[in-house]
Amino acid sequence: MAVQKSYEEINEKIKKGEAVVVTAEEVIGIVAEKGYEKAAREIDVVTTGTFGPMCSSGAFINFGHSNPRIKMKKVWLNGVEAYSGIAAVDAYIGAAQLAENDPENKVFPGRFVYGGGHVIHDLVAGQEIRLEAVGYGTDCYPNRKVDTVITLDDVNDAFLFNPRNAYQNYNCAINLGDRTLYTYMGILKPHVGNAGYSTSGQLSPLLNDPYYRTIGIGTRIFLGGGIGYVAWNGTQHHPNVLRGENGVPMATAGTLTLIGDLKGMDPNWLVGLSYIGYGATMAVGVGIPIPILDEEMLRYTAVKDEDIYCPIVDYSEGYPYCKPMDLGFANFKELKSGRIEINGKSVVTTPQSSYPRAKQIAEILKQWILKGEFELTRPVAALPSADADIVFKSIPERIPNGLVNGRNKK
Amino acid sequence: MKNKLVCYFSAAQSEQPIIYRLIKNYDLIINILKADINPQKEGYLVMELEGSKESYEAGTRFMEGLGVVMEPLSESIVWNEQICIQCGACASFCPTEALAIERETMEVSFYNDKCVVCGMCLECCPTRAINLYFEIKEAV
Repeated sequence: MAVQKSYEEINEKIKKGEAVVVTAEEVIGIVAEKGYEKAAREIDVVTTGTFGPMCSSGAFINFGHSNPRIKMKKVWLNGVEAYSGIAAVDAYIGAAQLAENDPENKVFPGRFVYGGGHVIHDLVAGQEIRLEAVGYGTDCYPNRKVDTVITLDDVNDAFLFNPRNAYQNYNCAINLGDRTLYTYMGILKPHVGNAGYSTSGQLSPLLNDPYYRTIGIGTRIFLGGGIGYVAWNGTQHHPNVLRGENGVPMATAGTLTLIGDLKGMDPNWLVGLSYIGYGATMAVGVGIPIPILDEEMLRYTAVKDEDIYCPIVDYSEGYPYCKPMDLGFANFKELKSGRIEINGKSVVTTPQSSYPRAKQIAEILKQWILKGEFELTRPVAALPSADADIVFKSIPERIPNGLVNGRNKK
Repeated sequence: MKNKLVCYFSAAQSEQPIIYRLIKNYDLIINILKADINPQKEGYLVMELEGSKESYEAGTRFMEGLGVVMEPLSESIVWNEQICIQCGACASFCPTEALAIERETMEVSFYNDKCVVCGMCLECCPTRAINLYFEIKEAV
């Protein structure tokens, strides 16, 4: 009889401490030894992980009220502005926001030593953070200025809310031009001097559930060392792209919006990054458990690096000026070997995402489940999958004649 | 033999083509890693000097004769394992495989003895886990 397991049965095993949990790396060897069917029968959960730069990340914070109260018009944390166009003492600190006095790329390439990702890391590490805020004063919020020092313990709420994380596959970046480029894919040397890439491949969450059969809205996950949830599909979620026979997308495809309590997280898994010439961002640790509901799910989780391909994209012209170029695909196993072949030339590869850390995340999540501390969740709603009809849009070029501040002229 | 040296020059010495002579007269292979001359024309030069034992010794005697103060370059690049997130970007820029990825595990290691202090890793490390420590004194 074909293997069939429900979420309830798997959770029952987790509670009893009887669940068989392996990482997305370990499952490959088990399948090679036992075959799909036997492995699907034995394994209950496969854990995945990824740890890399994810710019679309940030945290909502409620600071609590000052006395007298203030309606914050602008807020800075260690000099980095947080968005405060929401209620009085709520703000959103984005990972890619720079300090107010950052020299940016005025002396190229800029260093971007401290940004929102560094603020979030410092908050989670329990460090003291300078909080500055200004307001314009109202009858209900008369205060106009706050300048103080806070820690994570002092705020009412702080939760990560990352609009786009865990990209399902990503470009392999090269430079066809004749000067060095400083990009979010790292330094790219001219004349295809190297090739940047960023995914944890066979360990990556969405590459192990390519059609989002088990990862959906409400899925409980490892986020930044604590517990998080999938809140929605991520921005730029584009599942209807070219896929291989194994279902794995051969281009940037699915993404996730993730949410989780910052107060339960660990600074090791939220790390501020500085990309020379590009900007500041944050490495986010994400781990997602995949229930082996049937043999099909096991086949997905047994995906190997050699079965994963990503598109080669030029960052001198192709990416920045949206010029479609067919440069072929890079195989993830070859990318990890340190060299790939492009047009007969052997090219050094530059990773951005940390494979050893991704592996650690999958291992930590596995231990949580084995100890019975972490149960699996059935998604509340599914994410749009490969049969969706999503069009990847660009900003329209229109002339705003007749519109003043976006409104029609009277 | 091969060594990394810090050479300190006075104003008078910095006007002479010392490197040219080291190459031309003593058949030494020279790799300049860093150099600086201040407005008073005093300065230092960090270089790797390579050649046969005889030419190496003759070359350094020549510099001593000119009054150039030489010191071996001690610990220079420091890799902070606690800060490193093991992404491995540095290894692809390291020309000597001092920063190298063990491909089976994808873990990064730093082999100080292979490092030539080119500084490429300093720019490409997004966590700033790699730092340069030069023991350079005030110009002599």
